[in-house]
Amino acid sequence: MLELKNVTISYGDRPAVKDFGMTLKKGEIVSLVGESGSGKTTVIRAVLGLLPGGGRVTGGDILFEGNSLLKNTNEQWRRLRGMDISMIFQDSGAMMNPIRKIGGVFVEYIRTHEKISRKDAWEKGVKMLERMRLPDGDHIMKSYPFQLSGGMRQRVGIAMAMTFQPKLLLADEPTSALDVTTQAQIVRQMMELRDEYGTSIIMVTHNLGVAAYMGDKIIVMQHGKIMDQGKREQILRSPQSEYTRGLIAAVPTLEGERYV
Amino acid sequence: MFDQKEKPILEAKHVTRIFSVSGGRFLRANNDINLKLYRGRTLGIVGESGCGKSTLMRMFVQLDQPTEGEIFFAGKNITSMNKKERRENRRHIQMVFQDPLSAFNPKMKIKDIICEPLLNFKMISGKEKDAEARRLLRLVELPEEFADRYPHNMSGGQRQRVGIARAIALEPEVILCDEATSALDVSVQKNIMELLVRLQREKNIAIGFICHDIALVSQISHQIAVMYLGNVVEVLSGAQMKESARHPYSMALLDSVFDTNMDFSRKIESIDSEIPSPLDVPPGCPFQNRCDQCMEICRKERPALRKIGEEHEVACHLFDE
Repeated sequence: MLELKNVTISYGDRPAVKDFGMTLKKGEIVSLVGESGSGKTTVIRAVLGLLPGGGRVTGGDILFEGNSLLKNTNEQWRRLRGMDISMIFQDSGAMMNPIRKIGGVFVEYIRTHEKISRKDAWEKGVKMLERMRLPDGDHIMKSYPFQLSGGMRQRVGIAMAMTFQPKLLLADEPTSALDVTTQAQIVRQMMELRDEYGTSIIMVTHNLGVAAYMGDKIIVMQHGKIMDQGKREQILRSPQSEYTRGLIAAVPTLEGERYV
Repeated sequence: MFDQKEKPILEAKHVTRIFSVSGGRFLRANNDINLKLYRGRTLGIVGESGCGKSTLMRMFVQLDQPTEGEIFFAGKNITSMNKKERRENRRHIQMVFQDPLSAFNPKMKIKDIICEPLLNFKMISGKEKDAEARRLLRLVELPEEFADRYPHNMSGGQRQRVGIARAIALEPEVILCDEATSALDVSVQKNIMELLVRLQREKNIAIGFICHDIALVSQISHQIAVMYLGNVVEVLSGAQMKESARHPYSMALLDSVFDTNMDFSRKIESIDSEIPSPLDVPPGCPFQNRCDQCMEICRKERPALRKIGEEHEVACHLFDE
């Protein structure tokens, strides 16, 4: 469904991601792990055509359902983004306009992509929120982002991203800013999305535990290059690169070696 | 808390901190906390945001005063000190922050940052600064040339080492780390933990380690206090955490850990609801609305910490006799 072929992405003259290749099937979850600066966010931003200033794809190709995304016109992008491909961010609250209520933003988003009345759009929004286990969707629609907790905001972000049942969900560290019990809830909900809608997910995270739990496949990146790529068990049990071995060893575990 | 043979170096006795907030309401950030830190040992404090762990740390380093209760350092009550005594006492208890970039003055060189506490207490002269900074950098395994750099020229892990160098410069008895490794990559985090443990052994320092990562806390701590909404709900030894934790909240935390050795087919059984606002903590047990074993008594009476085993205390009505 999604294929990246030898993709090189550069900011100015400096390549941030080199020769990146991956494929994603329908209903598959790929975890993209790596430490800060490894280029994992750059990859998914390129898929959505949203590289920050000066960044562009300088080599290779990105194919979504057989069509190259690199040749998309603005009009084509507008139809794709938010409909077929959605993204959730580390802090969905920070991505929202702080002086607008959730409902206003949500209704505007729905009406951009679908010709329905305000009232119907509102109801659709409420239904999505409740599907994300947010009790009292009406109340949330009437709230400002700052009135919600981090976990609730993240669920609002996921609810919005899932409104049109996208084929591909790009998740950029969606649980990193959350408390551990909330993180577990969000992980569970994202897994349910896959089971319910067959959404394919690229999960960018630095948390190897979350990456392993969610991902059918795992890609480990360092300095813009793929160090390891393969099925979950293969990466965890017999990683090829020294780097991946070190990374796995550094994850704190309850059974692990104690320092004291 | 369990008594060791020696006296605790830092001890909180019935510490309660209440903030008044708008609308005439009160926020009970810490409720009757009793904790002890010993030389050469680490006390891990684990809990989610808003559980009061940072408020407690701030009182330990005398940045804040408890509303009720007392804190003792080496037998002296540090909550009733005058300004001069307080300043003098600060050298014994130092702190490492989560984000060293915002904890440092960006216009100061590393050597000035590290030696500032020493100069403040007139323990070295300006001339000795260079040599002292280099000695401390060596101690935290950084190249000596870093003395002339600025904080922004370093990686996050290197900056955190500078933060630790500054904290140990005064040879304190206690170091408090407030999420000191949370912003770091895992491999860097591991190195910082190893550094902290080594310094603790060499200098017999007591460490208070605040963290939300229960796996990490259990790896580094001799003893762990689990906090929830301003209350300590369970105290046990670090090594026991996985096998012996009994409080429903501790169990929920354990269930929320993702690691690379887990059973990936396991369904996530995490608690669904959110932490109530610390502004309206229900009467009775603070965990009642998220606990699936909640009983009648939990809604009326707040459970007290009681001993249920060797080095193990739980505040939960399930373990009432």
